[in-house]
Amino acid sequence: MSDLEPLSDPGLPAHVARRADRDPIAEKRAERQVAILFMLSGLSAVAFIASYVGIKSDQYIFLPLLGTTNAQQLALGISLALTLLTIGFGVVHWAKVLMSDHEITNQRHTMRSSETELAELATTFAAGAASSGLGRRSLIKRTLGGALALVTISPLIILRDLGPLPKKQLEGTNWKRGSRLITDPGGIALKASDLEVGGVAHVLPERPTGQKETLEDLTRDPVLVIRLRPEDLHLNAEQASWTHNGIIAFSKICTHMGCAVGLYEQQTHHLLCPCHQSTFDVTTGASVIFGPAARPLPQLAITVDSEGYLIAQHGFNQPVGPSFWERSS
Amino acid sequence: MTKIAEAGKGAFGFVDDRVGAAKWVKKNLNKVFPEHWSFMLGEIAMYSFIILLLSGVFLSLFFVPSQQEIIYHGSYAPLSGLPMSQAYASTIDMSFDVRGGLLMRQIHHWAALIFLAAMIIHMLRVFFTGAYRKPREFNWLIGIGLLTLGILEGFAGYSLPDDLLSGTGLRIAEAIVQAIPLIGSYAAFFLFGGLFPGSIFISRLYTIHVLLIPGIILALITVHVMLVWYQKHTQYPGPGRTEKNVVGPPFMPIYMAKAGGFFFIVFGITAFLGALFSINPIWLYGPYNPSQISAGSQPDFYMGWLDGLVRMTPNIETHAFGHTISWNILIPALIVPGIFFTTLALFPFIESWVNGDKGEHHLLDRPRNAATRTSLGAAGLTFMIVALLNGGNDIVATHFGLTINGIMWFTRIAIFVLPPIVFMITKRICLGLQHKDRDTVLHGRETGRLVMLPHGEYIEVHEQISTDDQWTLTQHKQYQALVAPVNVDANGLERPVGLKERIRLGLSKWMYGEQVAKPTATDVHELEGGHH
Repeated sequence: MSDLEPLSDPGLPAHVARRADRDPIAEKRAERQVAILFMLSGLSAVAFIASYVGIKSDQYIFLPLLGTTNAQQLALGISLALTLLTIGFGVVHWAKVLMSDHEITNQRHTMRSSETELAELATTFAAGAASSGLGRRSLIKRTLGGALALVTISPLIILRDLGPLPKKQLEGTNWKRGSRLITDPGGIALKASDLEVGGVAHVLPERPTGQKETLEDLTRDPVLVIRLRPEDLHLNAEQASWTHNGIIAFSKICTHMGCAVGLYEQQTHHLLCPCHQSTFDVTTGASVIFGPAARPLPQLAITVDSEGYLIAQHGFNQPVGPSFWERSS
Repeated sequence: MTKIAEAGKGAFGFVDDRVGAAKWVKKNLNKVFPEHWSFMLGEIAMYSFIILLLSGVFLSLFFVPSQQEIIYHGSYAPLSGLPMSQAYASTIDMSFDVRGGLLMRQIHHWAALIFLAAMIIHMLRVFFTGAYRKPREFNWLIGIGLLTLGILEGFAGYSLPDDLLSGTGLRIAEAIVQAIPLIGSYAAFFLFGGLFPGSIFISRLYTIHVLLIPGIILALITVHVMLVWYQKHTQYPGPGRTEKNVVGPPFMPIYMAKAGGFFFIVFGITAFLGALFSINPIWLYGPYNPSQISAGSQPDFYMGWLDGLVRMTPNIETHAFGHTISWNILIPALIVPGIFFTTLALFPFIESWVNGDKGEHHLLDRPRNAATRTSLGAAGLTFMIVALLNGGNDIVATHFGLTINGIMWFTRIAIFVLPPIVFMITKRICLGLQHKDRDTVLHGRETGRLVMLPHGEYIEVHEQISTDDQWTLTQHKQYQALVAPVNVDANGLERPVGLKERIRLGLSKWMYGEQVAKPTATDVHELEGGHH
C-alpha cells in the first residue's frame, strides 16, 4: 500500500425514509398543511382585490417603527406578499415532505469531444475554408478586409449627431463684467450692505429681463457670497482685490465632480461638498484642505457699483467645475 | 400505461410531431440537480431579475421619460406648483395617484437591491468553492459580465426619476466621463447631447435601462443557465459523489417544484419589503437642480464602494502641456475597478496555470482546502467592504459620533493594511481547520465525555467518525508546490530558469506551499491496528 494512497469512497449512503413515507397519518397531515397554504393564498388574492377596490387611495395610517404609510399600498403589498409566499411555501413543503426524495445519479461525460471528432471538425473546417478559397484568393481577402474595416466606420459616423462638439462650452459661464449678483432663491440683486459679517448668499448672475436660467446654467453659474471680517481673510494681493470689505465670492460648483458645495460652516469658515467631502477654506481663497478635490473653488472678482450693488469685476478667470482634458491649469 | 401517461402522450404527440424532441425532453426530465442551500443564491438572482421585468413593465406604463419642464399639480401637496421634469412628475404621480404604483416602485427597487446582492453572494460562493474551474470558465466570465451590467442597470434605473439625489449621481457620472483623457469632453457631450444635463439624456437612459441592458442581461442569463444545464451542476463532495457523476433529485418533479416554489417565496419576500419598507422616497428629495444638494447623498450599495474609493483618493491632478489629467477621478472610478474586475475574470486561468491542472472539476472545494484562494477572496472582500464603508463615511460619522476626516484617514490606510491582515488571518484559520479535519479523521471526534482510567488518568473519549465522514474530509486533491527544475544541458551547464517560470514557481509556493497533509489510507489503517 502506497503512503499516499487515499481512502476509498464508501459509495452513496442508503436512503432514509421520512416520517410521511412511513406513517400514513403524517402523510395525511402534510397533505392538509399544503392544501391549507394554497387556500390561504387564494384568500390573500381575494384580499388583494378587496384592498384595491375597497380602501381609499388617500388614506394614511401610522405604523409603529415604520412611520406613516399609505393604507391601500400597504394592504395591497401585504396581501400580494401573502398570496405569493403561501403558494411558494406550499409547493416547497409538498416537494420536501410528500414527493419522493430518492436521489438519482447521472453520469457525466467529459466536455472534450473524442480526438477523432476533433480531428474531423478540423478537417471539415479546413475543407470548408479551402472551398471558399479565402486562403488562395488574396484579392478577395484583401478587398473584403478593407470593406469590413470601412463598414465599421459607418455606425461611428452616424452617431456623430449624438451631441455638439464641446468647443469652449465647458469653459464659460454667464458671469461678465458688471453682472449684478442675484440671490437664488429670491431673485433680488444683492447689495454689499445686505450681508452681515458671517452671512452667506447663494447667487446667480443677473440676466436680461424675462430670461430664465437653464439647468445647464445652473451647473456653471451658481456662486456663494460670504462675508467675513476683512482681517480673517488671508489672500494674495490679486485675490484680495477681488473682494469687497470682507465679502468674497466663489463658484459653488465643486472642482472635483461638479456637485454643489452647499455646506458652509460659519465657525471654521469651511465649505464642504456633501458628495465626496472635499473641504475648502474660505479664508485662504477656498483652498482645498481635505478630500479629493485638487483645485480651489474659482474665485469671482467682485466689487460694488455706484448704487451699492455687488457686481462682478469680470467673468471667472478659469473654467468652473470638474476638470477636463482641455483644461489648461 | 397509466391514465396520466396516456393523456400526456396525446398532448406531447402534438408537439413532438412538429419538433421531435421526445427523447431529449425525456432524458432531461430526469436531469439531476444536486441540492445545497448555496445553490439557491444564483436562483435568487435570476428570480429577482424576473420580478424586475414584471414590475418594470408596470412602471413603464406610467413613467414619462422626458426632461420637458412642467408645473406639478398632482395630489402631493408639498410639491404643488413647482416646476419639474415630466420624468420626475410622472414618478411622483405613479407613487401617489396610481393605486399599487408606489408598491410596484418599491418592489422594483427592492428587487434591484436583491438582484445585485444575490449576484455578489452567488459569485462569492462560486469563488470560494472553486466552481469556476474548468470547464466552467465561460460561465464565470458571463457572470462577471452580468454583475457589471447589473451595476450599470441599477444605476441607470435609479437615475431615471430625475430627482435631486439621482441627478447628483448623474453629475458625478458625467464628471467621470469628462475626466477621460483626450476624448472625455467629447464623450460627455455626445452622451448628454451637449452640456450637462441637457434635455435628452433621460430618454436615452430610458432606452438603455428598459431595452438595451435588460436585453443583454436576458441573453446572458439564458446562456449562463444553458451552460449549467449542459455541463451539469457541480456538487459538494461526499460519499458516492465523484467527478464522473452527479447525485441529487431529478428535475421532474422535485427540482421543478422546489425551484418554482422558491420563485414565489422570493417574490413574496420582495413584495413584503416593498409593502413595509420605504425605499427611494423621491418626493422628499425634490426635483433635480444642479445648484442644490442634500447632505448625506448616498448611492445604492452596489455603487457605494466606487463612491468610497472616489472619496478616499488623494487630490492628485496633473497639469502639463495645456492639458489636465484628473488622477483623483481616473484612479478610483476607472483604473482600480478595471484592475479588480480584470483580475477576477483572469483568476481561473491564472490558477490553472499555476497548478498545471488542466482537468475538469465538478466536485466543489471546501474553502479551507484551498487556503490561499480562500484567503485571497477574503482579502478582496475586505478591500470592497472598506471602500463601501468610506462610501457611507458621512452616515457612519453622524451615526457613531465620529469625524468624516477620521473615517477617511482610517479607510485610506485600512484599504492597504487590512486586506493583507485578513489574508493572513484567514490563511491561519484555513490551516487550523485542515489540522482539525486531519485530527478528526485520525482520532475521531471529541465527545466531551471524560473517563477516569483505573490508574487514575483522565482521558476524553474520542469517537471514531463514520467512513462516510472520513471520505468527505479526505477526498480532495492536494496540489503540491512546484519544485524548481534543474535544467542541465548537454555540456553539464545549468540553464537558468526563465522569468515566467520563476513567477509560476513563486505563485505555486505561495498557493500550495503551506498546507496540512490529508490523512492517507495508510495513516488510518495504522491507527485501526494500533493504539487508541
